[in-house]
Amino acid sequence: MNTNTNMPDIVLIGINHKTAPVEVRECIAFSEPDATAALEALHRQPDIREVLLLSTCNRVEVLLVTDNKLGAIEKTKNFIAGYNKISIDKFEAALYIHEGDAAVHHVFKVASSLDSMVIGEPQILGQIKEAYRRAAALKTSGVILNRLLHRTFFVAKRIRTETGIGDRAVSISFAAVELGRKIFGTLEGKTVLLVGAGEMAELSVEHLIRNKAGDIYVANRTFENGVALAKKFKGTAVNFEEISDCLKFIDIVISSTGSPDFVITRNQVKSIIRIRRNRPIFFIDIAVPRDIDPAVNRLTNSYVYDIDDLQGVIDENMEDRNQEAVKGQRIVDEAVIGFRQWYDSLTVVPTIVALRSKIESIVEAEITRTLRTGNISSNDSGILQKMSHSLVNKILHDPTVFLKKDGMAADKSVYIDTVRKLFKLDE
Amino acid sequence: MQILTVLAILFYVLSAAAYFAFLFIQKDYLYRSAYAALATGFICHTAAIVYGFAASGQIPVGNLRETLSIAGWALAGVFLVVQYRFKLKILGIFAAPLVVLIMAAASQLPAGPSQDTTIFNNFWLIAHVASIFLGEAAFALACGLGVLYLIQENTIKAKKHRFFFKRLPSLDLLDSTGYACIVAGFTLLTVGLVTGFVYARTVWGHFWSWDPKEVWSAVTWIFYAVLLHERLTVGWRGRRSAIMAIIGFAVLLFTFLGVNLLLKGHHGGFTRW
Repeated sequence: MNTNTNMPDIVLIGINHKTAPVEVRECIAFSEPDATAALEALHRQPDIREVLLLSTCNRVEVLLVTDNKLGAIEKTKNFIAGYNKISIDKFEAALYIHEGDAAVHHVFKVASSLDSMVIGEPQILGQIKEAYRRAAALKTSGVILNRLLHRTFFVAKRIRTETGIGDRAVSISFAAVELGRKIFGTLEGKTVLLVGAGEMAELSVEHLIRNKAGDIYVANRTFENGVALAKKFKGTAVNFEEISDCLKFIDIVISSTGSPDFVITRNQVKSIIRIRRNRPIFFIDIAVPRDIDPAVNRLTNSYVYDIDDLQGVIDENMEDRNQEAVKGQRIVDEAVIGFRQWYDSLTVVPTIVALRSKIESIVEAEITRTLRTGNISSNDSGILQKMSHSLVNKILHDPTVFLKKDGMAADKSVYIDTVRKLFKLDE
Repeated sequence: MQILTVLAILFYVLSAAAYFAFLFIQKDYLYRSAYAALATGFICHTAAIVYGFAASGQIPVGNLRETLSIAGWALAGVFLVVQYRFKLKILGIFAAPLVVLIMAAASQLPAGPSQDTTIFNNFWLIAHVASIFLGEAAFALACGLGVLYLIQENTIKAKKHRFFFKRLPSLDLLDSTGYACIVAGFTLLTVGLVTGFVYARTVWGHFWSWDPKEVWSAVTWIFYAVLLHERLTVGWRGRRSAIMAIIGFAVLLFTFLGVNLLLKGHHGGFTRW
């Protein structure tokens, strides 16, 4: 990133779902308690000045700031191998290493969910925030990572609000809710009937509840199972034979049974449409083989989506997200340039120049003001100018020497950043 | 007065263009400017009508040009209220172009003779004309909502979500807004008919004279009455209600224009050109 040898480098080392299969990723993932210890251990490595560790099921990434990037990369690899007790060759091929702008770009992209397996999924930002919170608590992040991560959060938020990257549903349960909204307007108070059981069906019910759905009914061939499920949703268990009766007042039916035949037939629904006074009814059929006769979809005010239909919706929405991701990329590119400008300003020379010009401009302004009062002869004004110049030089001497000193202790960027803030040099 | 009408048409065209842009590029500023343009056009249009009324002393429904202009004015006004009340932005792609179409048709017609000496201005006539036109505008919007409903229903049933699915609102909102428009339209139509009867009594001495316009108005009224009745009793809603709203508007159009052009009667001056 920077040819100036004074400047530390930003380096990112990681593997993700695109570069490594799950067998490799699970070997080097850091669980919650491990992460803290690992982070501290990494920070103790001599070449690593600042460090942040992100470990999710789809990626493990180490973001670091170092003065010796080759050394730091080596040490990080060894550390990952040693900590997880596997050999480096096992995962080295899957590693990607980004430096400088590329590393910044990558962090922005990951946090904005442009690099996720499901583009636009919102969890990743939370995971990065958690990783940063841990680094901040252990003080393994410093001036550069603090700034970088704050920019990251800002960029991610901006992409979420300015593009439609997270707008459309890309999972079965979200797609079901999205469809329900287009039919009913609001899901508030809509009654739900769950027929059968199953992870995806239950997830959908939970999601409907989160969207303020009304009463929940559960029908199961084994009544006890139904009762247990109903309890989970604070709903009511009904007999399998009562389904027809329920259809008279239910708005949303989610079906997921192992039945080889249709559980709900066209005639069954046709007869209740009139009793329902044509209020719309929405069937979500997650079962294979299907539970609900597809002909029900042709009845008025009744809508059926089976698992393939929902998958079709998801595929279309995914395409939408990919298009929105292009806009997100542009925002990331812009943000990388912005970060770059701040980063470059951290070098010593521009800071010294900026500091000098700031002091000089203040002195200049004050002298002009004093001279304008007219009480000072032209002879005296020359003396005044001279004095002010030597004042500026004397004042700036020690800070300049300090900033230029090669062996400045600890982290140079901290001082530079402090100076810039103290004198408001960034405005 | 001429300049005001031209301005009104100009703003209506701008509004229609902005609504179309909004359909494709879903940006909030587009529908806001479309709404503002329509409101501005409506104000200019109102000023033009008031000016004309003050100048001639006749309510401006003496020929087809004036009649269409009033119809466009009523539609713009009712739509402004509906969008404000129901936040149904997308309906603009139906209403604004329709207003433009009506105004364009009106502007092509000759100003022509407009005075019909048998028409007497009084409260009943003004109430009759105003409520009939506003009611018809409400029915026109119900028709547009019916079309949107059918499009959105088809999108959901056919499971092809490409273009309209995300751009159109929920079926429930389309249906309930359409219902509200029909209720409003029906109320205004009823008021319009009653005031018309009273006016007929004061001018011709009898409430009802089997004039074709009267007969067809009654047919229209009964049609919508049946639609509302069925909705309240057996719950006609959704698809059937949408189709009925569209057919109802076709009947209404015939009553409004067809009767005058094809049949004869005492509303003849209304569409003279």
